Amino acid sequence: MNLFPTSVHWRAPRTIVAIIVLAAFVLLPFAVGSEGDFYVKFATRVLIYALAAIGLNFILGFGGMVSLGHAMYIMLGAYCVGIPMHHEITSGWAHLAFAIALTAVLATVVGAVALRTTGIAFIMITLAFAQMLFFVAVSLKEYGGDDGLTIAARSNFGLFDIASNVSLYYLAFSAVLLALYLSWRAVLSPFGLILRGSKANSRRALALGHPILRYQLVAYVLSALVCAVAGVLLANLTQFASPSYGAWTLSGELIVIVILGGLGTVFGPLVGAVCLLVLEEILPTLVEATFPDYKSNWMLLLGLFIFFVALLLKRGVFGSLRGGAK
Amino acid sequence: MTLQLTLSQLMNGLQLGVLLFLLAAGLTLVFGIMSFVNLAHGSLYMLGAYFGAAAFAKTDSFTLALLAAVLGAGVVGLLLDRFALTKLYTRDHLDQVLATFGLILFFNELIRIVWGPGSIFMQVPDALSNTVEIAGFTYPAYRFAIIGAGLLVALGLYLLIQKTRVGMLIRAGATHPHMVASLGVNIKWLNTLVFALGAALAGLAGVMAGPIVSVQPGMGEPVLILTLVVIIIGGLGSIRGAFYAALIVGVVDTLGRAFMPTLMRSIFERNTADAAGPAIASMLIYLLMALVLAFKPQGLFPTSAGATR
Repeated sequence: MNLFPTSVHWRAPRTIVAIIVLAAFVLLPFAVGSEGDFYVKFATRVLIYALAAIGLNFILGFGGMVSLGHAMYIMLGAYCVGIPMHHEITSGWAHLAFAIALTAVLATVVGAVALRTTGIAFIMITLAFAQMLFFVAVSLKEYGGDDGLTIAARSNFGLFDIASNVSLYYLAFSAVLLALYLSWRAVLSPFGLILRGSKANSRRALALGHPILRYQLVAYVLSALVCAVAGVLLANLTQFASPSYGAWTLSGELIVIVILGGLGTVFGPLVGAVCLLVLEEILPTLVEATFPDYKSNWMLLLGLFIFFVALLLKRGVFGSLRGGAK
Repeated sequence: MTLQLTLSQLMNGLQLGVLLFLLAAGLTLVFGIMSFVNLAHGSLYMLGAYFGAAAFAKTDSFTLALLAAVLGAGVVGLLLDRFALTKLYTRDHLDQVLATFGLILFFNELIRIVWGPGSIFMQVPDALSNTVEIAGFTYPAYRFAIIGAGLLVALGLYLLIQKTRVGMLIRAGATHPHMVASLGVNIKWLNTLVFALGAALAGLAGVMAGPIVSVQPGMGEPVLILTLVVIIIGGLGSIRGAFYAALIVGVVDTLGRAFMPTLMRSIFERNTADAAGPAIASMLIYLLMALVLAFKPQGLFPTSAGATR
């Protein structure tokens, strides 16, 4: 079996940037040493957001489905760690199984209803479902309700011990690598071709005899599953599960990450996550240095930044780089 | 579940409904004409509440507060349309959602900088602070006034859109914008007018809600999401749909929150009911929306604008 679905242009800027970014992630824990716990945790968060964004990008970038509710699957994944842990089920495999099974069921139902609509109605209905799940989580008084649920220990994955931050980091990195590879394969597969075709011209794809609704639904469920896995990792990182993981602002941030990286590029979400989260980390310090009185108001600048990204950055950071041969 | 309680909850539902209608009318008009998704509509509502509260605290006149809110939000809407959003009208919905999402963050922080992070208090105007009694049923006069004002605005909008020349252009612009433009109508000016009108209505909703909700940064988002539900149920671009859907959503949401926990308690045992009741109550309108979309994907009152986009 050929490992790469297409020939890779090793000297194209995109390939070079991708390799540099991946190499930087591999080396990061060594570079920061044993004192750099903060950086490792931060980078893990970047990877987890990237993973969720890779999931979203699969339907947003390639399928043209704008879901403004994908944070609900992150939240679901997080609660699939938190609630079993609360009842002293510590096996990570069980958590993962819960997350995958529940998400598959939920995403199939939500997707089946939401995909009856297109365009703006699809955006709104995914948002509405996410809100619905958000309120369910808020009402879970037994599991902390609004305040969230503290998780006593990390999931127990048997052979892979993720008790240390570095091992969790590499687990998240492996998940991102796997998701990148799988979405690369999927996008270039016949399945991906039909999905992209449905984005470009759904009527024509339908006229060619492809039942695109089914393809879209499968893509939607797959992307939700990736987000749920991200949720499982996030709960392990923060040892906390809360309704705020399903807040619609997080869904918005995921879209920002996808666009910032480059819509419809496989590697874009990782670059986008790095850009956005690093920006969110340095903006407060930057604002504090220049306007000490307004240090808590850095979100003002973030809002403007997002606005201008939407207005000016058509292809995203990674998307602007040349991909193929000259 | 006495009659008095049921009636007053029903009225509360109506009152929420008319507020939602004020918001939904602007949003659905803007969508219908410009095919523009404005998530920052909730921010205009918030600005209206703040402008109103500030003017009320300063002048002690509720009339001036109303004026400040409506004009203030209208002017902000006008500026937004002219300087920030024009370029987005021709973009796809994704860019619009993203840009206006950024604007929400921007406005929330702006409010925090100007008025501080806490909530500010806005009093019910003295003239309306008593209760009204009709045939043994008492209800706060201020909430009555909201319902009355909302219905008046609805009537005014109906007349404006169905009976005037501007309204005719708005209706024409919603279905055939290029045809309207080629007939010599300045469609850009029409867009700005509609956007500012929608913003002013959002501001009005904000200031009227001011005394009964807490005026705080981020107050626009929950309302925005309710409004989105309303315009989806009503049919994108349809004012009539927005009106009926707003009342339905307002009543269903309020009655659900008021009676669902009690209702659940009569079916399940207390613990389950207490846990599930509020959750199901807040899910009701989304279930309603899913149900409507399952049977009528274009909403209750489909328009051609909603159908083609």
